[in-house]
Amino acid sequence: MPAWRPSTGHIRLLCFALCAIPLGQAAWWIASAQLGVNPIETLTHHSGQWALRLLLVTLAMSPLQRLARWRWPLQIRRQLGLWSFFYLLCHFAVYLVFDLSLSLARLGEEVLERPYITVGFAALLLLTPLAVTSTRGWQRRLRRNWKRLHRLVYPAAVLACVHFIWKVKVSEPEPFIYLTVLLVLFAVRLRRA
Amino acid sequence: ASTTRDGRVDYADGEALNSFEDITSYNNFYEFGTGKSDPARYAHTLELKPWTLRVDGECEAGGDFDLHQLIATLPSEERIYRLRCVEGWSMVIPWRGFELGPFLQRFAPTDKARYVAFETAVKPKQMRLNASGIDWPYREGLRMDEAMNPLSFMATGLYDKPLPRQNGAPMRLVVPWKYGFKSIKSIVRIRFTASEPQTTWNMLQPREYGFYANVNPTVDHPRWSQARERRIGELFKRDTLMFNGYAEQVAGLYDGMDLRKYY
Repeated sequence: MPAWRPSTGHIRLLCFALCAIPLGQAAWWIASAQLGVNPIETLTHHSGQWALRLLLVTLAMSPLQRLARWRWPLQIRRQLGLWSFFYLLCHFAVYLVFDLSLSLARLGEEVLERPYITVGFAALLLLTPLAVTSTRGWQRRLRRNWKRLHRLVYPAAVLACVHFIWKVKVSEPEPFIYLTVLLVLFAVRLRRA
Repeated sequence: ASTTRDGRVDYADGEALNSFEDITSYNNFYEFGTGKSDPARYAHTLELKPWTLRVDGECEAGGDFDLHQLIATLPSEERIYRLRCVEGWSMVIPWRGFELGPFLQRFAPTDKARYVAFETAVKPKQMRLNASGIDWPYREGLRMDEAMNPLSFMATGLYDKPLPRQNGAPMRLVVPWKYGFKSIKSIVRIRFTASEPQTTWNMLQPREYGFYANVNPTVDHPRWSQARERRIGELFKRDTLMFNGYAEQVAGLYDGMDLRKYY
């Protein structure tokens, strides 16, 4: 009897379900009034945290595929990246609506004057074209340039970590854990090169 | 300030009070952890009795006092103050306690006393003390004229209840025109000094936190704007007021001072 192997479709469906958990969590908190004393802060932190975590998971897929010789990591990489971008958009939307009251003038001021906003916003700008060109059509159209373009994910990930480190009031372990993971992922890639 | 129906003196222009639940479950008290819910989660281990208050330095009537005995002899009153955290959130809080100035006068500060320094308890078995980089005890200080301002207050209660541990039991400072970190909690020592005392956040990040730490929407924290704040209970941010809305009472303390330099 041949061993049962999950199909690509199953793997992608499982990935979708797992990545949707933080979204479901937030929806549940909103519906049941469990966002805590400072609900906007809770949503900002939750969305930002998952954007960064899923970005790191995305970056871990190709080393995982290479080292473990599994096929599935590459089959869900695009989806993971898009989920990360989705949480990043939520993060930015909460900030723009509730912190800045939708004022673009305030946004401009913050981007220019607050380094942690500058780097966070830069990460958003770098990741936007990657999300847009994540389709197969764009991959074909851009050919070799697609790969080059998508290397922007590395500086974006660094900026995202810096954004988090600069935001916290005293040094806390969490952002440094993410930065360490990122550096390990870089090291794995460099070793191959 | 006007008096409310509950007999509280309202120094917050009739703004709605934050709930006891909000005030006691979301705040900073780094001895118990750096998360906003850490104080509520971990402060229950703090033992309040006995509690000795040491008063020393440039004063004639210092000494070690049983704090509970000491405050039992003082008349108390209720005051509603705004509290603005340096992080950009704020609350409106009904404290019970007594004015700081007359309390300090009991210890007969001498002419040399130009500042007053405060220290928080350090109890390794009862506190987590795991925030990195902080040299305990937590320290704060005021210039004497700031301490003597009628707004400066010592709180021993909150909402008709004894002050909860996470909010700084048994006694904490409340300086409503300064960022919340100036309002030091769980005080064990008061010291009158001739020179400006060291203060914890200034020691940690001198560029970001000055000795004065007056609420000032025109002087930003180096990393974030102080122009607006989120009042807990509201979704959108509102404008921060100069001296947290207490300019009339305290602006004169800083006449002629460059508030960009003395932040």
